[in-house]
Amino acid sequence: MNRRSREELAARVALDIPEGAYVNLGIGLPTTVANFLPAGGDYFLHSENGLLGMGPAPAPGEEDPELINAGKQHVTLLPGGCYFHHGDSFAMIRGGHIDICVLGAFQVARNGDLANWHLGDPDAIPAVGGAMDLAVGARQVYVMMEHLTRTGESKIVERCTYPLTGIGCVKRIYTDLAVIDVTARGLEVRETVAGLTFEHLQSITAAPLIDGRQRSALA
Amino acid sequence: MIDKSINNVAEAVRDIPDGAVVLVGGFGTAGMPVELVDALIDQGARELTIVSNNAGNGEQGLAALIKARRVRRILCSFPRQADSHVFDELYRAGSIELEVVPQGNLACRLEAAGAGLGAIFTPTAYGTQLAEGKETRTIDGKHYVLEYPIHGDVALIKAHRGDRWGNLVYNKSARNFGPIMARAARCTIAQVNELVPLGALDPEAVVTPGIFVQRIVNLAAGQALAEGLA
Repeated sequence: MNRRSREELAARVALDIPEGAYVNLGIGLPTTVANFLPAGGDYFLHSENGLLGMGPAPAPGEEDPELINAGKQHVTLLPGGCYFHHGDSFAMIRGGHIDICVLGAFQVARNGDLANWHLGDPDAIPAVGGAMDLAVGARQVYVMMEHLTRTGESKIVERCTYPLTGIGCVKRIYTDLAVIDVTARGLEVRETVAGLTFEHLQSITAAPLIDGRQRSALA
Repeated sequence: MIDKSINNVAEAVRDIPDGAVVLVGGFGTAGMPVELVDALIDQGARELTIVSNNAGNGEQGLAALIKARRVRRILCSFPRQADSHVFDELYRAGSIELEVVPQGNLACRLEAAGAGLGAIFTPTAYGTQLAEGKETRTIDGKHYVLEYPIHGDVALIKAHRGDRWGNLVYNKSARNFGPIMARAARCTIAQVNELVPLGALDPEAVVTPGIFVQRIVNLAAGQALAEGLA
């Protein structure tokens, strides 16, 4: 089957972000979605440390230690962008002003529960950042992740076994194998990669799926 | 004449007592008031409770304060980072208490303190282990968790420019927690890169009105003084 690479997955998520959307891209893989938004379009990227209209990484030598994103990477600000404090930034998030948030995940449950901040290891130092605020606050929470863990376990589950970030918050899941919506009916598969049958996808997914594909497979 | 400016950081932090709750601005190293924190290390206050987004980066600023064993307890959203080894070691040894607070709850608890609110109901963390044991309420069908304000005895923040009345403007993403911490503390001490005359800051663009700032330290003046003595 044509498993999506990380770049292909980011490009697929980018297709669903309309021009004009206010978007928060989580740390790590979700950040790379920005690289696939069409050039010349107006996309408002929000970073919870206080940027709206965030631009790409600066040219080497142009880095400003006081201009960083939530992942503490050097970034730029587009013309028209602005800065604000954390109160305003989380009012944007919690107040439902962010249209789309894309997050990574350890697990997503059938009902849209999200686990992405802590593996529950008692020795681990917990760190949550803005994940719980984004999970409850953004109008649409999309998750992008590998379908399976490195040891082959399904990251889509009946109930999360890792500590929760938010309950019932995920609307759509993009994996390297499929696009799946979390609906009142359950997990509806919208797309599968070429060469992957619905039955095969179901067999490696630890929660019941509904075949909601318009076409049998995407190229 | 009212002049809140102080020419050196040592004088600015002289009376922070042992056991104080100190709000420390910054997100990572952006906006971290390193010079004020260094002065607090030299001053020697102990048993501090620190409120800051992170638990120190590398070996400087907040990390150095923690390393000097001056911090009893820390409230932050994201202690664990690639360069948080100072905190990590003390935490694992049980030498420092940690309260993990979601970043937005940290922000709105500080805002609540600054605005004189008794508590807030926030949707963040509802149904998670960070809300365990906390009072909840359902309002218009949505679930909320009761959270209390975070008041600081002192706030240490970094701004770009200020005037002698304490009005402040910031630089880019170094603004982060500065404005909301300034409002949440009884004594806010701001370090600035430049002290400008009254009227030089565009009143339409002042981010933190001087009423929220008690002391302002002009780092440029401190530097000039040090160079003059050298």
